[in-house]
Amino acid sequence: MNKEKRDRLYAVLCTVLTIVFISVMLFTVEKMPDLGRADNPDINEVMEFYVEEGPEETGALNAVTGMILHYRAFDTLGESCVLFVSAVCVFILLRIDGEASNDTLVAIDRRYEPTDDPILTQTFKLLVPAVFMFGIYITMNGHLSPGGGFSGGAIIGAALLLFLNAYGLEKTERFMSSQLYRRVTTMALCFYAVAKSYTFYTGANGLDSFEGAGTPGNILSAGLILPLNICVAVVVSMTIYSMYIMIRKGGFNK
Amino acid sequence: MSVFFANLPEYAAMILFGIGLSNLMLAKNLVKKIIGLNIMDTSVYLFLAAKGYVENSVAPIVSASDLGHIEHTLYTNPVPAGLVLTGIVVSVSVTAVLLSLIVRLNEEFHTLDIDEIIHILRKRDREDLK
Repeated sequence: MNKEKRDRLYAVLCTVLTIVFISVMLFTVEKMPDLGRADNPDINEVMEFYVEEGPEETGALNAVTGMILHYRAFDTLGESCVLFVSAVCVFILLRIDGEASNDTLVAIDRRYEPTDDPILTQTFKLLVPAVFMFGIYITMNGHLSPGGGFSGGAIIGAALLLFLNAYGLEKTERFMSSQLYRRVTTMALCFYAVAKSYTFYTGANGLDSFEGAGTPGNILSAGLILPLNICVAVVVSMTIYSMYIMIRKGGFNK
Repeated sequence: MSVFFANLPEYAAMILFGIGLSNLMLAKNLVKKIIGLNIMDTSVYLFLAAKGYVENSVAPIVSASDLGHIEHTLYTNPVPAGLVLTGIVVSVSVTAVLLSLIVRLNEEFHTLDIDEIIHILRKRDREDLK
């Protein structure tokens, strides 16, 4: 069998497989309970507990934040670690060898991208402060309104990329070095792990005087949730920035 | 037909999943394969988000004055929201690692076509054997 025939056979088989798969799934979905009904099996006592008891126990008005950063805090620690590990993998795959000088890194900067466009650069300069502030707002209000560490961190990471494209590599790398990345990310992850391990070790009731402080609805309330949100935001924004800088030029400055 | 419209987001999610799967299998370009993978991820988020919805309800963010007497029937299910969050994080990480692998492959073979890469590798193997 020659190559063309084999390719065509592969395409036909893939299409048939996909059609069979979609048909089976659609058939299954047809048998599932209607969406949006209040007596569906997934609206059960778990959901009831999280919504009715969660805000009182955790102090976070946003039940999702209370759930992921209080009851399931270790799951979120795992997510942050997944992000960190993937950033490390990108480092390993894309890093230019240790002997490469700063000139090499600058020379291969933007091999695959267009260079600065004046209109975009000026727009970025206007947008950067607003986007930074929006990201910080979303992070700090994670327990009161929609948002939290992950979305706020993604916005702060986007703001860092805007800053980089508005003011250039030299000005950005004055503060965004690999040392800063390593220290800040490790500190955030360690603080998260230690703080949450301590509360779980003491029967998930530890830090009573701290956890109970503040009235729900204020920024300074909900105990550990605000610091943990900030840790998550730091890890996410640093990860986004480091992935961009690795794909763009293969390393931080030396 | 009424069943179809009641479960429309779920049907859409399944069809999107199929589109992503066929794209993952059929596309020759590696970057397009990853786009297919991301479409599959997105369909799962759509499915989970649809499952958490309850009619005539709002997002599970209570007001401070309601504390102590919260009615869970007024709010959507927060559990799928947490699951979607996990899914997004994993999908972003996987996409980043795959894209950096593709950058490396492109540096080595100067192509993104999976067939060409396999062809070059086979040729190299034959030359090694000689």
